[in-house]
Amino acid sequence: MITGTILRISGPVIIARGMKGSKMYDVVKVGKEALRGEIIRLEGGEAVIQVYEDTTGLFISEPVENTEQPLSVELGPGLLSSIYDGVQRPLPVLAEKSGDFIARGIYAPGLDREKKWEFTPVAKAGDTVIGGDILGTVKEFHFEHRILVPNGVSGTVTEIHGGTFTVEEPVCTLDNTRKIAMMRFWPVRIPRPHKKKLDPVLPLITGQRVFDCIFPVTKGGTAMIPGGFGTGKTVSEQTLAKWSDTQIVVYIGCGERGNEMTDVLAEFPELVDPRTNLPLIERTILIANTSNMPVAAREASIYTGITIAEYFRDMGYDVALMADSTSRWGEALREVSGRLEEMPGEEGYPAYLATRLSAFYERAGRVVCMGSEERNGSVTVVGAVSPPGGDFSEPITQNTLRVVGTFWALDTNLAYRRHFPSVNWIKSYSLYLDSIGDWYVEHVARDWRELREKAMYLLQKEVELQEIVQLVGPDALPESEKAILDVTRMIREDFLQQSAYSDSDSFCPVEKQYLMLKVIMEYYENVNVAMGRGVALRQIQALPLKTGIGRMKEVQDTTELRTMIDDIGKQLQALEVER
Amino acid sequence: MTPVPLVTREYRTIDYVSGPLIFVNNVKGASYGEIVKIRLHDGEERTGQVLDISDEHAVIQVYEGTRGIDTDVTTVRFLGEPARINVSLDMLGRVFTGVGKARDGRPDIIPEAVLDIAGMPINPTARDKPADFIQTGMSAIDGLDTLVRGQKLPIFSGAGLPASKLAAQIARQAKVLGEGEQFAVVFVAMGITHKEASFFMQDFERTGALDRVVFFMNLADDPTVERLAAPRCGLAVAEFLAFTHNLHVLVILTDMINYCEALREISTAREEVPGRRGYPGYMYTDLSTIYERAGRLKGRKGSITQIPILTMPDDDITHPVPDLTGYITEGQIVLSRDLFRRGADPPVDALPCLSRLMNLGIGEGKTREDHRGVADQLYASYAYGRDLRRLVAIVGEEALTELDKQYLKFADGFEKQFITQGDEDRSITRTLSIAWELFSILPEDELKRIKREYIKKYHPAHAGEQDG
Repeated sequence: MITGTILRISGPVIIARGMKGSKMYDVVKVGKEALRGEIIRLEGGEAVIQVYEDTTGLFISEPVENTEQPLSVELGPGLLSSIYDGVQRPLPVLAEKSGDFIARGIYAPGLDREKKWEFTPVAKAGDTVIGGDILGTVKEFHFEHRILVPNGVSGTVTEIHGGTFTVEEPVCTLDNTRKIAMMRFWPVRIPRPHKKKLDPVLPLITGQRVFDCIFPVTKGGTAMIPGGFGTGKTVSEQTLAKWSDTQIVVYIGCGERGNEMTDVLAEFPELVDPRTNLPLIERTILIANTSNMPVAAREASIYTGITIAEYFRDMGYDVALMADSTSRWGEALREVSGRLEEMPGEEGYPAYLATRLSAFYERAGRVVCMGSEERNGSVTVVGAVSPPGGDFSEPITQNTLRVVGTFWALDTNLAYRRHFPSVNWIKSYSLYLDSIGDWYVEHVARDWRELREKAMYLLQKEVELQEIVQLVGPDALPESEKAILDVTRMIREDFLQQSAYSDSDSFCPVEKQYLMLKVIMEYYENVNVAMGRGVALRQIQALPLKTGIGRMKEVQDTTELRTMIDDIGKQLQALEVER
Repeated sequence: MTPVPLVTREYRTIDYVSGPLIFVNNVKGASYGEIVKIRLHDGEERTGQVLDISDEHAVIQVYEGTRGIDTDVTTVRFLGEPARINVSLDMLGRVFTGVGKARDGRPDIIPEAVLDIAGMPINPTARDKPADFIQTGMSAIDGLDTLVRGQKLPIFSGAGLPASKLAAQIARQAKVLGEGEQFAVVFVAMGITHKEASFFMQDFERTGALDRVVFFMNLADDPTVERLAAPRCGLAVAEFLAFTHNLHVLVILTDMINYCEALREISTAREEVPGRRGYPGYMYTDLSTIYERAGRLKGRKGSITQIPILTMPDDDITHPVPDLTGYITEGQIVLSRDLFRRGADPPVDALPCLSRLMNLGIGEGKTREDHRGVADQLYASYAYGRDLRRLVAIVGEEALTELDKQYLKFADGFEKQFITQGDEDRSITRTLSIAWELFSILPEDELKRIKREYIKKYHPAHAGEQDG
């Protein structure tokens, strides 16, 4: 065992000497309290270590012991509905051990060692299995937790039993010698393997109109939500965590507020997944490293999260990972880099920021899982970004932009007028529109793409018209253009706006989304025709149609919307030209 | 209580003094973050804290400044423990320095406990959800950006704007409806003038609240480094009062910009890589260790609510200090110079204001069922009215449609009647009914953010027709 002594302490970074033989990213125990840390640089016999706990009170010359293991997470039954800190210490267990405040030097394993799980074998004695094959299943709440053969292991099953086991007890024996339990370890900084990456062709349905209908993201895709403070990043992330149509959600509160995590903890057990009618918490894993918890653990938290996400992906499930906020992760990187006295890149961030960011986002994807049978799984990554001063030219926003497929730009001005979600429709984009077109044609409607393009065109036109209005006033516009402003206001207020707190509207099914847009665009088409006949805009505005459109969000029955489409046509066609 | 160190470790090896920092050579067995006592040639004793140690030297920040320290006879004694403060219920009504020494000429308190001023992070699972509506009596806050117990809601002010008046009014009027529970105020002054400090003191005295307040005073002419300890001392006391003595504690921190300046001073003296505008890269983390100490705990009666005040340099909300603060706190109240000039009192600029925890404290059973809708509608209509003002400046009011003129009228009314209230203490019902009076300026169809049933129930035009 390699044991050294502390030579220097500077905030979360310490230097230890006498560490010759250590490897990069080995986990070490620092000082008498055995605080966990990770080696991030080696210089001869000296190791630079980032410590996952507060270093106050550490002395020079205290011992540093190398465990010679990389930072790993424990994977197995018991993950669901857990809440962990950045290095997978279960927070409820910490609370039992040290009370309401997190004391230092407490260690608790990620998975409960005592709890017994009912294991149902799938593989039979005599089967030949390879890494990734399903050995058996465990019911965790209503979820089928698949126990896989560890990666790199293969052989013939000689013994396998159903029954109740702890995560450490062997459930299966391969080739008479190798015993396999349910728990796995995986180093967080290494992506879990898969057979092949697939193209993202399935949309991630979120129940949010501006996301699903206008700027969609795919299962296995990546999206970023940048926005200044108060623009609703966290609410968006939480909304996605609530309503995304995936079997598993990993939510990482990375350097954010404690009360927000409390909110999730209090709310998710009560909220029900609209698709399965089960409590949302049963499919959720929370990782909470709030802003006042140690920065090094914050740096590790997103890796802990994505490794857990990949573990469920490998079982053949769709997983959504929310990281709120990746800027805080970048800042942790910057802080540690600053303590290492590295040459700073842009705004003090280390030069390897871009590499780390893209490596993280590339762990997303829809894949063919390991194992002999054909099984697909996906990890979708949605990262919130908190640009200082709301300025998108800063390094984290720019470097993330290069690697993500969907860009949801949140806008401070929209937030000020309480237009939520405050996604700016001019700046945002999605690169997945073409790849998911087929899905929409098959499952929603032929003309979805066409309607979307038309609506986007009108919104773009609105910006130009607003500029003219700012110069000469609204009266100077011709009737046809006033009609456009009328319709774009509908698109903005009656379609794009969606309250996360409304009972009737926080989740909007795709069919209803499409119909709502259809109603508005149908209105626009018919207004155009009517105005072509010579009907005045004033006459159209006098019709009670607008009120109906304004109340669409509250309508639950889609047939009502279909009737509305017919009704709009009839009423507008019936208008007579005033002489 | 405090362990007595077995050996006194005293050094006379100061090698280098720079700004607020001293470097001491050949220190053996010092610990990170520990407190040191520095004895000057004339016997004066000062306090410092270890910021960085290696086997060669220890870097120490001196709270009371380095004037008079020499590299010859000055001695440094390592106490072997982190910064601590004596706390007791008797601190109520007392005045202390930024590092917790008595400042009012009265004897030191007899400690009930000795606490580490840095505290420990609250376990997120131990937090209880903030849920109690605090009625501040200010329409701009209660109506639009409701404060709840356990929240941290800063006031972003500009030089010369009446943030202190607003904070004092909140402290004076704040109450939880239907409860007469015990409260306390912890007031932390960081680098503010004597005049501002005495404004608060007089206000507390006038309302008879003085003996419920603990003051930590670091005034403009006091040592800057002490400002780094002041909020932590204040919050250690707040945690003690809230979680040991079950009090509801309101913590007022003013002015956070001075705290950040002190942080920058230390960082520069340590020759660290600067972040934006010279502030250190870890300022977000540092600020969070202050702001995150607000909240409630499961199974404990007390709570800590924070109202930090900060002056935005040049009224710039994107300046690093308000920016990072906004990313940590649960909303913000923003004052506007424009509204101040036009006579709004308090000059709260509603649009950039926000309370993230508002939804937890409002609605049926807490305030009123229509509260959410009313607030959203006020925001949307006022924002539209403000846009029109810009248009009017260019094309004149005549060019507007009839509807747009009504919006203009609404925006004016909103500022003059809803926001402006002077010293009045308004109930939430009063606040909401002012809002409904303003809505009657607009056509009913425009009120899209409010459920139809609430319009029928509360709109003045429907008064008297319901239940019939």
